[in-house]
Amino acid sequence: MKICVTSQGDNLGSLVDPRFGRCQYFIIVDPDTLEFEAVRNPSVSVGGGAGIQAGQLMTNKGVEVVLTGNVGPNAFATLQAAGVGIITGISGKVCEAVENYKKGKHQSTGGPTVNRHFGIKEGG
Amino acid sequence: MIISVASGKGGTGKTTVATNLALSIENNIQFLDCDVEEPNAHIFLTPRIKEKYPVSIPIPQIDLSKCNFCGRCAQICAYNALAVLKDKVLVFPELCHGCGACSYLCPQGAIKETNKVIGYVEAGQRGNIEFIHGLLNIGEAMAPPLIRAVKKKAQEQRSMPLTTVIDVPPGTSCPVIESVKNSDFCILVTEPTPFGLNDLMLAVQTLKELKIPFGVVINRSDLGDKGVDDYCRKEQIPVLLRIPFKKEIASAYSKGIPLVEALPQYKSEFKHLFATIKCNISQT
Repeated sequence: MKICVTSQGDNLGSLVDPRFGRCQYFIIVDPDTLEFEAVRNPSVSVGGGAGIQAGQLMTNKGVEVVLTGNVGPNAFATLQAAGVGIITGISGKVCEAVENYKKGKHQSTGGPTVNRHFGIKEGG
Repeated sequence: MIISVASGKGGTGKTTVATNLALSIENNIQFLDCDVEEPNAHIFLTPRIKEKYPVSIPIPQIDLSKCNFCGRCAQICAYNALAVLKDKVLVFPELCHGCGACSYLCPQGAIKETNKVIGYVEAGQRGNIEFIHGLLNIGEAMAPPLIRAVKKKAQEQRSMPLTTVIDVPPGTSCPVIESVKNSDFCILVTEPTPFGLNDLMLAVQTLKELKIPFGVVINRSDLGDKGVDDYCRKEQIPVLLRIPFKKEIASAYSKGIPLVEALPQYKSEFKHLFATIKCNISQT
Protein backbone atom coordinates (compact mmCIF):
# COMPACT_ATOMS: atom_id res chain seq x y z
CA MET A 1 0.00 0.00 0.00
CA LYS A 2 1.15 3.53 -0.76
CA ILE A 3 0.24 6.64 1.19
CA CYS A 4 1.39 10.20 0.54
CA VAL A 5 2.39 12.84 3.07
CA THR A 6 2.87 16.43 1.89
CA SER A 7 6.27 17.59 3.08
CA GLN A 8 8.49 20.63 3.33
CA GLY A 9 11.59 18.51 2.66
CA ASP A 10 12.62 15.37 0.81
CA ASN A 11 12.80 12.80 3.62
CA LEU A 12 10.85 11.20 6.46
CA GLY A 13 12.38 13.58 9.02
CA SER A 14 11.02 16.65 7.23
CA LEU A 15 8.08 18.65 8.48
CA VAL A 16 4.63 18.14 7.02
CA ASP A 17 3.69 20.86 4.55
CA PRO A 18 0.23 22.17 5.50
CA ARG A 19 -0.63 22.76 1.84
CA PHE A 20 -1.61 19.99 -0.54
CA GLY A 21 -1.50 21.42 -4.06
CA ARG A 22 1.40 23.74 -3.34
CA CYS A 23 3.50 21.67 -0.95
CA GLN A 24 7.24 21.41 -1.59
CA TYR A 25 7.45 17.60 -1.75
CA PHE A 26 5.16 14.61 -1.86
CA ILE A 27 6.61 11.80 0.25
CA ILE A 28 5.06 8.63 -1.14
CA VAL A 29 5.65 5.93 1.41
CA ASP A 30 4.75 2.33 2.19
CA PRO A 31 3.70 2.59 5.86
CA ASP A 32 4.80 -0.98 6.63
CA THR A 33 8.29 -0.99 5.16
CA LEU A 34 8.80 2.82 5.31
CA GLU A 35 10.25 2.61 1.83
CA PHE A 36 9.61 5.99 0.27
CA GLU A 37 9.94 8.17 -2.80
CA ALA A 38 10.21 11.96 -2.53
CA VAL A 39 8.58 13.72 -5.50
CA ARG A 40 9.30 17.43 -5.86
CA ASN A 41 6.01 19.20 -6.54
CA PRO A 42 6.12 20.64 -10.06
CA SER A 43 3.07 22.83 -9.38
CA VAL A 44 4.33 24.91 -6.44
CA SER A 45 3.97 28.16 -8.33
CA VAL A 46 1.51 27.53 -11.17
CA GLY A 47 -1.21 30.14 -11.60
CA GLY A 48 -4.11 27.80 -10.95
CA GLY A 49 -5.04 24.16 -10.78
CA ALA A 50 -2.20 23.09 -8.46
CA GLY A 51 -4.55 20.93 -6.41
CA ILE A 52 -5.91 19.23 -9.52
CA GLN A 53 -2.37 18.50 -10.72
CA ALA A 54 -1.45 17.13 -7.32
CA GLY A 55 -4.58 14.96 -7.32
CA GLN A 56 -3.69 13.72 -10.79
CA LEU A 57 -0.17 12.87 -9.59
CA MET A 58 -1.56 10.86 -6.67
CA THR A 59 -3.67 8.82 -9.10
CA ASN A 60 -0.75 8.27 -11.45
CA LYS A 61 1.43 7.10 -8.55
CA GLY A 62 -1.22 4.75 -7.20
CA VAL A 63 -1.53 6.52 -3.84
CA GLU A 64 -4.43 5.30 -1.71
CA VAL A 65 -4.43 7.82 1.13
CA VAL A 66 -3.18 11.42 1.37
CA LEU A 67 -2.07 12.96 4.68
CA THR A 68 -1.80 16.75 4.65
CA GLY A 69 -2.72 19.97 6.43
CA ASN A 70 -5.48 21.25 4.17
CA VAL A 71 -7.07 20.54 0.83
CA GLY A 72 -8.94 22.96 -1.39
CA PRO A 73 -12.18 22.28 -3.28
CA ASN A 74 -10.67 21.25 -6.63
CA ALA A 75 -8.08 18.98 -5.02
CA PHE A 76 -10.81 17.44 -2.88
CA ALA A 77 -13.01 16.81 -5.92
CA THR A 78 -10.14 15.19 -7.82
CA LEU A 79 -9.01 12.96 -4.95
CA GLN A 80 -12.55 11.96 -4.12
CA ALA A 81 -13.36 11.07 -7.73
CA ALA A 82 -10.15 9.02 -7.84
CA GLY A 83 -11.14 7.18 -4.68
CA VAL A 84 -8.09 8.44 -2.75
CA GLY A 85 -8.60 8.77 1.01
CA ILE A 86 -8.01 12.27 2.40
CA ILE A 87 -6.79 13.01 5.92
CA THR A 88 -6.25 16.66 6.84
CA GLY A 89 -5.10 18.54 9.93
CA ILE A 90 -1.73 16.77 9.93
CA SER A 91 1.35 18.53 11.32
CA GLY A 92 4.73 17.61 12.81
CA LYS A 93 7.24 15.33 11.14
CA VAL A 94 6.42 13.14 8.15
CA CYS A 95 7.53 9.96 10.00
CA GLU A 96 5.27 10.82 12.96
CA ALA A 97 2.34 11.32 10.60
CA VAL A 98 2.98 7.88 9.11
CA GLU A 99 3.25 6.28 12.58
CA ASN A 100 0.04 7.91 13.74
CA TYR A 101 -1.66 6.77 10.54
CA LYS A 102 -0.57 3.17 11.20
CA LYS A 103 -1.99 3.39 14.71
CA GLY A 104 -5.29 4.49 13.17
CA LYS A 105 -5.22 7.85 14.94
CA HIS A 106 -6.44 9.82 11.92
CA GLN A 107 -9.92 10.25 10.56
CA SER A 108 -10.70 10.98 6.95
CA THR A 109 -11.98 14.36 5.90
CA GLY A 110 -15.53 14.93 4.69
CA GLY A 111 -14.93 17.98 2.50
CA PRO A 112 -12.46 20.64 1.46
CA THR A 113 -10.90 22.38 4.46
CA VAL A 114 -9.83 25.63 2.78
CA ASN A 115 -10.86 27.77 -0.18
CA ARG A 116 -9.09 27.69 -3.50
CA HIS A 117 -5.69 29.43 -3.69
CA PHE A 118 -5.22 29.03 0.08
CA GLY A 119 -1.72 27.65 -0.54
CA ILE A 120 -0.65 30.78 -2.38
CA LYS A 121 -1.35 33.04 0.56
CA GLU A 122 0.57 30.71 2.85
CA GLY A 123 3.80 31.85 1.22
CA GLY A 124 6.75 29.50 0.73
CA MET B 1 -7.36 57.62 -30.45
CA ILE B 2 -7.62 55.17 -27.57
CA ILE B 3 -6.97 56.40 -24.02
CA SER B 4 -7.02 53.79 -21.27
CA VAL B 5 -7.24 54.53 -17.56
CA ALA B 6 -5.39 52.01 -15.38
CA SER B 7 -3.85 52.03 -11.93
CA GLY B 8 -2.06 49.06 -10.50
CA LYS B 9 -3.61 49.61 -7.09
CA GLY B 10 -7.37 49.27 -6.83
CA GLY B 11 -9.57 52.03 -5.46
CA THR B 12 -7.34 54.90 -6.54
CA GLY B 13 -9.96 56.56 -8.75
CA LYS B 14 -9.75 55.00 -12.20
CA THR B 15 -13.48 55.17 -12.79
CA THR B 16 -13.62 58.73 -11.44
CA VAL B 17 -10.92 59.83 -13.90
CA ALA B 18 -12.27 57.79 -16.83
CA THR B 19 -15.90 58.89 -16.49
CA ASN B 20 -15.11 62.54 -15.86
CA LEU B 21 -12.68 62.62 -18.76
CA ALA B 22 -15.41 61.15 -20.97
CA LEU B 23 -17.93 63.73 -19.75
CA SER B 24 -15.50 66.56 -20.50
CA ILE B 25 -14.91 65.63 -24.14
CA GLU B 26 -17.35 67.37 -26.45
CA ASN B 27 -17.03 65.25 -29.59
CA ASN B 28 -18.57 61.84 -30.03
CA ILE B 29 -16.69 59.29 -27.97
CA GLN B 30 -16.78 55.66 -27.02
CA PHE B 31 -16.55 54.62 -23.40
CA LEU B 32 -15.60 51.02 -22.59
CA ASP B 33 -15.80 49.70 -19.05
CA CYS B 34 -13.39 46.75 -19.25
CA ASP B 35 -13.42 46.19 -15.49
CA VAL B 36 -15.80 43.33 -16.20
CA GLU B 37 -15.48 41.79 -12.74
CA GLU B 38 -16.88 44.90 -11.10
CA PRO B 39 -18.10 47.34 -13.74
CA ASN B 40 -19.30 50.58 -12.16
CA ALA B 41 -18.85 53.33 -14.75
CA HIS B 42 -22.51 52.99 -15.74
CA ILE B 43 -23.49 54.30 -12.29
CA PHE B 44 -21.90 57.66 -13.17
CA LEU B 45 -22.58 57.76 -16.90
CA THR B 46 -26.16 56.38 -16.66
CA PRO B 47 -26.36 55.23 -20.29
CA ARG B 48 -29.58 53.92 -21.79
CA ILE B 49 -28.73 50.25 -22.50
CA LYS B 50 -30.04 49.22 -25.93
CA GLU B 51 -28.37 45.88 -26.45
CA LYS B 52 -27.35 42.91 -24.33
CA TYR B 53 -25.91 39.59 -25.47
CA PRO B 54 -24.08 36.65 -23.87
CA VAL B 55 -20.38 35.85 -24.36
CA SER B 56 -19.19 32.25 -24.24
CA ILE B 57 -15.96 30.33 -24.19
CA PRO B 58 -15.59 26.79 -25.55
CA ILE B 59 -15.04 24.18 -22.84
CA PRO B 60 -14.26 20.48 -23.33
CA GLN B 61 -16.91 17.80 -23.14
CA ILE B 62 -15.60 14.24 -22.91
CA ASP B 63 -17.21 11.36 -24.77
CA LEU B 64 -16.46 8.53 -22.34
CA SER B 65 -17.38 5.88 -24.93
CA LYS B 66 -14.39 7.00 -27.02
CA CYS B 67 -11.99 7.96 -24.22
CA ASN B 68 -9.26 5.45 -23.31
CA PHE B 69 -8.01 7.50 -20.34
CA CYS B 70 -4.58 8.04 -21.89
CA GLY B 71 -4.24 11.32 -20.00
CA ARG B 72 -2.99 13.33 -22.99
CA CYS B 73 -5.55 16.12 -22.47
CA ALA B 74 -4.57 16.65 -18.82
CA GLN B 75 -0.86 16.68 -19.77
CA ILE B 76 -1.20 19.34 -22.41
CA CYS B 77 -3.69 21.59 -20.57
CA ALA B 78 -1.63 24.63 -19.56
CA TYR B 79 -4.26 25.66 -17.02
CA ASN B 80 -4.76 22.32 -15.26
CA ALA B 81 -8.43 22.31 -16.12
CA LEU B 82 -8.57 18.54 -16.66
CA ALA B 83 -7.79 15.48 -14.54
CA VAL B 84 -7.80 11.98 -16.00
CA LEU B 85 -8.42 9.27 -13.42
CA LYS B 86 -8.71 5.50 -13.83
CA ASP B 87 -12.19 5.52 -15.25
CA LYS B 88 -13.22 9.18 -15.09
CA VAL B 89 -12.22 12.49 -16.62
CA LEU B 90 -12.85 15.60 -14.55
CA VAL B 91 -13.31 18.97 -16.24
CA PHE B 92 -12.91 22.16 -14.19
CA PRO B 93 -14.67 24.73 -16.38
CA GLU B 94 -13.66 27.70 -14.21
CA LEU B 95 -9.98 27.01 -14.96
CA CYS B 96 -10.48 26.46 -18.70
CA HIS B 97 -9.26 29.28 -20.95
CA GLY B 98 -11.07 27.84 -23.96
CA CYS B 99 -7.87 27.38 -26.00
CA GLY B 100 -9.12 24.16 -27.63
CA ALA B 101 -5.81 22.28 -27.37
CA CYS B 102 -7.35 19.25 -25.61
CA SER B 103 -9.96 18.60 -28.28
CA TYR B 104 -7.46 19.27 -31.07
CA LEU B 105 -4.86 16.88 -29.69
CA CYS B 106 -7.04 14.08 -28.24
CA PRO B 107 -5.78 10.90 -30.01
CA GLN B 108 -9.21 9.28 -29.67
CA GLY B 109 -11.25 12.23 -30.91
CA ALA B 110 -13.17 11.92 -27.65
CA ILE B 111 -13.36 15.63 -26.85
CA LYS B 112 -15.78 18.05 -28.38
CA GLU B 113 -16.33 21.61 -27.27
CA THR B 114 -19.48 23.11 -25.87
CA ASN B 115 -20.08 26.77 -25.24
CA LYS B 116 -20.23 28.04 -21.72
CA VAL B 117 -21.62 31.52 -21.08
CA ILE B 118 -19.21 33.53 -18.90
CA GLY B 119 -20.95 36.88 -18.99
CA TYR B 120 -22.65 39.58 -21.04
CA VAL B 121 -21.84 42.60 -23.14
CA GLU B 122 -24.18 45.58 -22.80
CA ALA B 123 -24.16 48.55 -25.12
CA GLY B 124 -26.01 51.85 -24.95
CA GLN B 125 -25.83 55.59 -25.29
CA ARG B 126 -25.72 58.73 -23.23
CA GLY B 127 -25.65 61.94 -25.25
CA ASN B 128 -22.43 61.94 -27.23
CA ILE B 129 -21.08 58.92 -25.34
CA GLU B 130 -21.42 55.48 -26.87
CA PHE B 131 -21.22 53.15 -23.88
CA ILE B 132 -20.13 49.49 -23.84
CA HIS B 133 -19.32 47.32 -20.85
CA GLY B 134 -18.90 43.68 -19.91
CA LEU B 135 -20.53 41.89 -17.00
CA LEU B 136 -18.67 38.77 -15.91
CA ASN B 137 -20.91 36.20 -14.25
CA ILE B 138 -20.30 35.79 -10.54
CA GLY B 139 -17.88 32.95 -9.88
CA GLU B 140 -16.24 33.17 -13.31
CA ALA B 141 -12.50 33.73 -13.32
CA MET B 142 -11.87 34.26 -17.01
CA ALA B 143 -12.17 37.99 -17.68
CA PRO B 144 -10.01 38.33 -20.85
CA PRO B 145 -12.43 36.67 -23.33
CA LEU B 146 -15.19 39.02 -22.15
CA ILE B 147 -12.88 42.04 -22.36
CA ARG B 148 -12.02 40.97 -25.92
CA ALA B 149 -15.75 40.84 -26.69
CA VAL B 150 -16.25 44.38 -25.33
CA LYS B 151 -13.37 45.66 -27.46
CA LYS B 152 -14.61 43.77 -30.52
CA LYS B 153 -18.03 45.40 -30.14
CA ALA B 154 -16.36 48.80 -29.91
CA GLN B 155 -14.30 48.05 -33.02
CA GLU B 156 -17.42 47.09 -34.99
CA GLN B 157 -19.20 50.29 -34.02
CA ARG B 158 -16.22 52.60 -34.46
CA SER B 159 -17.14 54.35 -37.68
CA MET B 160 -14.66 57.21 -37.87
CA PRO B 161 -11.46 58.05 -35.99
CA LEU B 162 -13.03 59.07 -32.74
CA THR B 163 -11.86 58.96 -29.13
CA THR B 164 -12.25 55.83 -27.05
CA VAL B 165 -11.86 55.96 -23.27
CA ILE B 166 -11.27 52.62 -21.53
CA ASP B 167 -11.80 52.01 -17.83
CA VAL B 168 -9.28 49.23 -17.04
CA PRO B 169 -9.45 46.74 -14.16
CA PRO B 170 -6.92 47.16 -11.33
CA GLY B 171 -3.68 45.21 -11.14
CA THR B 172 -1.15 44.23 -13.78
CA SER B 173 -2.37 40.77 -14.81
CA CYS B 174 -4.02 39.37 -17.96
CA PRO B 175 -7.28 41.41 -17.78
CA VAL B 176 -5.22 44.61 -17.56
CA ILE B 177 -2.99 43.65 -20.50
CA GLU B 178 -6.07 42.75 -22.56
CA SER B 179 -7.72 46.10 -21.69
CA VAL B 180 -4.78 48.43 -22.34
CA LYS B 181 -3.55 46.61 -25.44
CA ASN B 182 -3.49 48.88 -28.53
CA SER B 183 -4.05 52.05 -26.49
CA ASP B 184 -2.41 55.21 -27.78
CA PHE B 185 -2.00 56.50 -24.24
CA CYS B 186 -2.58 55.22 -20.73
CA ILE B 187 -3.43 57.32 -17.68
CA LEU B 188 -2.16 55.72 -14.47
CA VAL B 189 -4.23 56.84 -11.49
CA THR B 190 -2.49 56.55 -8.16
CA GLU B 191 -2.53 57.90 -4.63
CA PRO B 192 0.42 59.32 -2.70
CA THR B 193 0.84 56.36 -0.34
CA PRO B 194 3.45 53.58 -0.19
CA PHE B 195 0.81 51.19 -1.56
CA GLY B 196 -0.06 53.53 -4.40
CA LEU B 197 3.62 53.94 -5.24
CA ASN B 198 4.40 50.21 -5.13
CA ASP B 199 1.58 49.34 -7.51
CA LEU B 200 2.28 52.36 -9.72
CA MET B 201 5.82 51.08 -10.22
CA LEU B 202 4.45 47.69 -11.28
CA ALA B 203 2.00 49.34 -13.69
CA VAL B 204 4.80 51.49 -15.15
CA GLN B 205 6.90 48.38 -15.82
CA THR B 206 3.92 46.76 -17.54
CA LEU B 207 3.29 49.75 -19.82
CA LYS B 208 6.97 50.08 -20.69
CA GLU B 209 6.94 46.44 -21.73
CA LEU B 210 3.84 47.09 -23.87
CA LYS B 211 5.43 50.28 -25.27
CA ILE B 212 2.36 52.38 -24.46
CA PRO B 213 3.01 56.05 -23.57
CA PHE B 214 1.64 57.03 -20.16
CA GLY B 215 1.26 59.76 -17.56
CA VAL B 216 0.12 59.85 -13.95
CA VAL B 217 -2.92 61.32 -12.21
CA ILE B 218 -2.51 61.65 -8.45
CA ASN B 219 -5.81 61.34 -6.61
CA ARG B 220 -6.27 62.48 -3.00
CA SER B 221 -3.06 64.33 -3.81
CA ASP B 222 -2.85 66.26 -0.54
CA LEU B 223 -2.71 63.12 1.62
CA GLY B 224 0.12 60.70 2.23
CA ASP B 225 3.75 61.31 1.41
CA LYS B 226 6.04 62.56 -1.36
CA GLY B 227 7.02 59.09 -2.61
CA VAL B 228 4.93 59.15 -5.79
CA ASP B 229 6.09 62.68 -6.69
CA ASP B 230 9.74 61.77 -6.14
CA TYR B 231 9.38 58.64 -8.22
CA CYS B 232 7.67 60.45 -11.11
CA ARG B 233 10.34 63.15 -11.09
CA LYS B 234 13.15 60.60 -11.06
CA GLU B 235 11.58 58.55 -13.85
CA GLN B 236 10.51 61.65 -15.79
CA ILE B 237 6.88 60.57 -15.81
CA PRO B 238 4.50 63.51 -16.38
CA VAL B 239 2.01 64.18 -13.58
CA LEU B 240 -1.03 65.20 -15.63
CA LEU B 241 -3.53 66.09 -12.93
CA ARG B 242 -3.89 66.22 -9.14
CA ILE B 243 -7.26 65.69 -7.54
CA PRO B 244 -7.37 66.79 -3.89
CA PHE B 245 -8.94 64.89 -1.01
CA LYS B 246 -12.22 66.71 -0.53
CA LYS B 247 -15.40 65.82 1.26
CA GLU B 248 -17.53 67.24 -1.60
CA ILE B 249 -15.82 64.92 -4.08
CA ALA B 250 -16.32 61.85 -1.91
CA SER B 251 -19.90 62.84 -1.18
CA ALA B 252 -20.79 63.27 -4.87
CA TYR B 253 -19.11 59.95 -5.66
CA SER B 254 -21.11 58.16 -3.00
CA LYS B 255 -24.32 59.41 -4.67
CA GLY B 256 -23.17 58.38 -8.14
CA ILE B 257 -22.84 62.01 -9.26
CA PRO B 258 -19.88 62.64 -11.58
CA LEU B 259 -17.31 65.06 -10.23
CA VAL B 260 -17.65 67.44 -13.20
CA GLU B 261 -21.38 67.75 -12.52
CA ALA B 262 -21.09 68.20 -8.76
CA LEU B 263 -18.11 70.56 -9.00
CA PRO B 264 -18.20 72.02 -12.54
CA GLN B 265 -14.89 73.83 -12.06
CA TYR B 266 -13.24 70.45 -12.61
CA LYS B 267 -14.51 70.28 -16.17
CA SER B 268 -11.75 72.59 -17.36
CA GLU B 269 -9.20 70.46 -15.49
CA PHE B 270 -10.34 67.35 -17.36
CA LYS B 271 -10.49 69.24 -20.66
CA HIS B 272 -6.93 70.29 -20.02
CA LEU B 273 -6.02 66.68 -19.23
CA PHE B 274 -7.49 65.59 -22.56
CA ALA B 275 -5.63 68.32 -24.44
CA THR B 276 -2.35 67.36 -22.75
CA ILE B 277 -2.82 63.72 -23.72
CA LYS B 278 -3.65 64.62 -27.33
CA CYS B 279 -0.51 66.71 -27.44
CA ASN B 280 1.50 63.85 -25.91
CA ILE B 281 0.23 61.38 -28.50
CA SER B 282 0.93 63.65 -31.46
CA GLN B 283 4.51 64.04 -30.24
CA THR B 284 5.21 60.30 -30.21
